[in-house]
Amino acid sequence: MSTSLDDLRTGLEELRRANLEALAKARSVDEVEQTRIATLGRARGGLNDYKAHITALPPADRPAFGALFNTVKQELEQAIASRHAELSASAPAPAAVDLSMPARRQWRGARHPVTIVLAEIEAIFRDLGFTVATGPEAEHEWYNFGALNFPPDHPAMDMHDTLYLERGGLLRTHTSPVQIRTLQSYPPPIRIIAPGNVFRRDFFDASHAPMFAQIEGMAVDEGVSFVDLKATLANFANRFFGETKTRFRPSFFPFTEPSAEMDVACRICNGTGCATCKQTGWVEILGCGMMHPSVLEAAGLDAQRYTGWAFGMGPGRMALQRFGIPDIRIEYDSDISFLEQFAQ
Amino acid sequence: MNASYEWLRAIVSFDYTPEQLRDLITARCCPVDELVRLRADLASVVVGQVIEAGPHPDSDHLWVTRVDAGKNELLDVVCGAPNVKVGAKYPFAAAGTTLPGGLKLEKRKIRGATSNGMLCSARELGLGTDHEGILELDTTLPPGTPFLEAVSAGDTRIIIDVTPNRPDLLSHLGIAREIAAATGGRAELPALDGANVSVPALVRATNEGASGGIRVKLEDPEGCPRYAGIFVRAVAIGPSPAWLVERLAAVGSRSINNVVDVTNYMLHEAGQPMHAFDAALLGGSAIVVRRARAGETIRTLDGVDRKLDPSMTVIADASSAQAVAGVMGGSTSEVSDATRDIFLEVAYFDPASVRRTRRALQLGTDASYRYERGIDIEGIPRALERAARLIVAVAGGRIDGAPIDLYPVPKPAPSIPLASAHVARLLGEPVSEPEIATLLASVGFTVSAFANGRASVTVPTWRPDVTRNVDLIEEIARLRGYDSFSAELRPFRRGTVPDSPLAILSARVREACVRAGLLEALSMPFVRGGESTHVRLANPMAEHEAYLRRDLLETLARRAEHNLAQRHRDVRLFEIGSAFQPSLSGLPREEMRVAAIVMGHRHPPHWTEPAAPDFDEWDAKGLAELIASAVASGAAVELLDAGEGDVLWWIAIAGDVRGSARRLALDAPVWASAAFGIELTLAHVSSEPVAPPGESKLQSASHAAQPSRFGFRPFPSTPSTFVDVALLVPNDLAASRVERSIRDASGELLESLAMLSEYRGTGIPEGFRSIAWRLTFRHPERTLRDKEVAGRRDKVVRTLEGELGVRQRTT
Repeated sequence: MSTSLDDLRTGLEELRRANLEALAKARSVDEVEQTRIATLGRARGGLNDYKAHITALPPADRPAFGALFNTVKQELEQAIASRHAELSASAPAPAAVDLSMPARRQWRGARHPVTIVLAEIEAIFRDLGFTVATGPEAEHEWYNFGALNFPPDHPAMDMHDTLYLERGGLLRTHTSPVQIRTLQSYPPPIRIIAPGNVFRRDFFDASHAPMFAQIEGMAVDEGVSFVDLKATLANFANRFFGETKTRFRPSFFPFTEPSAEMDVACRICNGTGCATCKQTGWVEILGCGMMHPSVLEAAGLDAQRYTGWAFGMGPGRMALQRFGIPDIRIEYDSDISFLEQFAQ
Repeated sequence: MNASYEWLRAIVSFDYTPEQLRDLITARCCPVDELVRLRADLASVVVGQVIEAGPHPDSDHLWVTRVDAGKNELLDVVCGAPNVKVGAKYPFAAAGTTLPGGLKLEKRKIRGATSNGMLCSARELGLGTDHEGILELDTTLPPGTPFLEAVSAGDTRIIIDVTPNRPDLLSHLGIAREIAAATGGRAELPALDGANVSVPALVRATNEGASGGIRVKLEDPEGCPRYAGIFVRAVAIGPSPAWLVERLAAVGSRSINNVVDVTNYMLHEAGQPMHAFDAALLGGSAIVVRRARAGETIRTLDGVDRKLDPSMTVIADASSAQAVAGVMGGSTSEVSDATRDIFLEVAYFDPASVRRTRRALQLGTDASYRYERGIDIEGIPRALERAARLIVAVAGGRIDGAPIDLYPVPKPAPSIPLASAHVARLLGEPVSEPEIATLLASVGFTVSAFANGRASVTVPTWRPDVTRNVDLIEEIARLRGYDSFSAELRPFRRGTVPDSPLAILSARVREACVRAGLLEALSMPFVRGGESTHVRLANPMAEHEAYLRRDLLETLARRAEHNLAQRHRDVRLFEIGSAFQPSLSGLPREEMRVAAIVMGHRHPPHWTEPAAPDFDEWDAKGLAELIASAVASGAAVELLDAGEGDVLWWIAIAGDVRGSARRLALDAPVWASAAFGIELTLAHVSSEPVAPPGESKLQSASHAAQPSRFGFRPFPSTPSTFVDVALLVPNDLAASRVERSIRDASGELLESLAMLSEYRGTGIPEGFRSIAWRLTFRHPERTLRDKEVAGRRDKVVRTLEGELGVRQRTT
């Protein structure tokens, strides 16, 4: 096809004129839209036809035509846009659109409430200089019991309480084996938390499950003391629960000495006593204590030089409290109508 | 441990209310689970004040009174007591109350006068036998106050959750010691009425002796380090006096007979279990403490025949076992109404041995509970003496001969060195040496004088848990009060441990799943499983969950089915957790995995689209790519066509197949849509021991820089050009294969290749489909000419024809 620059220029001018006229005459947004499709669309008879001609021109003429093409294209685009805006503005509000109709939505995802609580705990301890450690759920007896100063015939090691594997080993009954694995792997100072699932041979009821989440924490260094334990955990409680009273009282764990449990003032009755706190005004949150020297020694540490403290708590139970869930089994049902309540 | 408030008060004096005592025990010893008011049946009785009283118009012995019971109005009450006085306060039970004994009060008319309740006598409240008149209360409390607040009526049971390290707290004496330490008072067992007969001194021997008519031989000093006993003749077995019945009832123990009740009383008071044998029924008038013989049996007091074995210690007569040591007596020599002479055993049995026996026989008792935890071996003589006096006091009889005490190897009280600097270092605050000494002495430790900051501490025999200096430091901390220590946040050194890569990865994958609109599920890893495929538990709770899951979808599918059962149509779940593969030796191979299930509507249905589309395999493929990208951390993700059974695609990361996307066969109702599952391994979780016990294997503690998964590509400065190609592709030729050829033939200027559509039907030959692709080209430095693009397209078409026999669609 041979075409001269002049032919094309004329054609373009005509296209420009005809379309500007059509736009001026247009009385509705639809008519503007038709003009737009005819002019800027891919259909024959529009600007697109001229684009194809560029390659047929002698190279010397191309820049000039290219410039004209772009000018016309821009002018028409602007004219279409402005006429569209005029007609939209002057048109009466389209009665057909009822803006109160529901939006088009997407499915929303959600973390499990126990994960949400774990993440909150993790964030607070990260701020206090802790990193996150993990370990296996199927564990050696030594890591789960022996290294943690359980005497050989401790009741917890009963077949009634612990799930053992047929070919040796067990399902860890707490996240404390991660303490030993970490102490064997890294030199002090150590500040870690260890979240994970743990297992007990408990039958499933409103407040017990054979598997549940636990989060463990440990700080080991020279000069780490009971005051540090109290301070760190009270600081945690204030940030997790909002300013709250805490109480530390004696307890017993084979792997800590002194051992303690931390209570916070009952949220339901503000410490005056109610059914939730069994009239005591306090709710138990976690077990903790100074690490027993035998535990440090089991992991190859010099217990004369280093001291440490550790704690463990149950995010599953904490989620029940935090979100007002009445029965722990709901956490495991994974019912959509439950999980969607935690969507972001 | 059930303790009685009144019983404690008999041993140590204090002014605490039951609530204050609860808080004290919790703060210093171990938690109190519950306070039980033993007269809860009086809970609805209140203080009533008589405001008016006049004679009943129709009776010569009744009164009509008006009573203020704390309500808004005065109540009309008819009363028959001669002592009713205007202005006095009495226990008042309103209509609707049930009185002790079961009398339910109702509003009724008595000879024409209405009565809204009753002013009560002591007997009506079960508080004695006085029925002379109603019980006048000497109280300033206002009308309407609960009666139990105005009068200390009835004991309170304190249920203490004694931690396993504190056997000393399994008795009233032990708890009273702790109370005395707090008040500065003294814990002392009270003298009991009539219990003052003189008991001869114990005769100490190593392994043989006699008491009265009974010869005692200790053959198993390992299972029984100390065995003492006393012979009491001519007792009269019968009911216990009321005070003894009441004490036992307060701790939840049933009265049996006077002699047995004394043994139970001593168990609760001093923590010393005892057993009384009917001496006439001991064959050969002998007691032999020995190991059970192979095949030996015993019928225990609960009437069950039990098989014994030589690991167990028994108390036998000349021929057969009469009691399982520390666990339960036998029925043959049980004390009965016919019993005349008794032999009372007061012994110390080895904790580990009792625990083993109790487990083997599955027979736990109040006695075994205490022996297992360790009783006070040095408390035996005192307990024996007190028990003997009590028996004579409540059952008569006389002590025959001196009591025997076989104690071959006396246990020395352990002594532990303690440095005050160590106390300060561990607790974070110094505790002065005099304070340390005072605190420890308050609960029975003997502290030597401190010299150069060091002292030697002798442990009381009732504290077998205290063996190391840290145990003493715990005593100091708890007796001073945990709350007395500062909670000031002090500077600390940051830890050296880098974050677990697994924790980082799990968090990232979880975030990706949540952003994709999935809901995080939580499921237990127990499955029905199979012997060759799954890891089996040695002691499963139920046969249908005896194995561990080897895939997450195995358990996540059950969660999906739960939702279908709840009539949830649109299930979008994911889970991150461990899966276990059997391994030939040692622990199973554990893997951290992610799994997802989608089924039902792709989006929440909207009114503009009445027939909303369901999730299909292409959604599953996209989700698989998305999750795999989160797992891959920048490595190449490939979905390989599988088409095997239910598996649609294998998911490969950096060339390794790490999971799959599949159709899921669920136990689903007819209305359920097709389900798709995705499962992918995040990482292997090592359970290898880090180092042998007592050793370490330190790793570099450096925090490795995380390689970035992202990188900026400069914006192109030249325009791109595209060309569309429609090809006739045989049905059995994979589109991915065609794409590979297109990419190879297009050269490096191909910027992107996008599939536009697939079409089958009119105009397309049988066995083929038409697939259209858009090829977008860009040169980094200049604008591509149409001719260049057309040339590349032609080359692509030619190559496809040559390599794969694929032609361009012409219609």
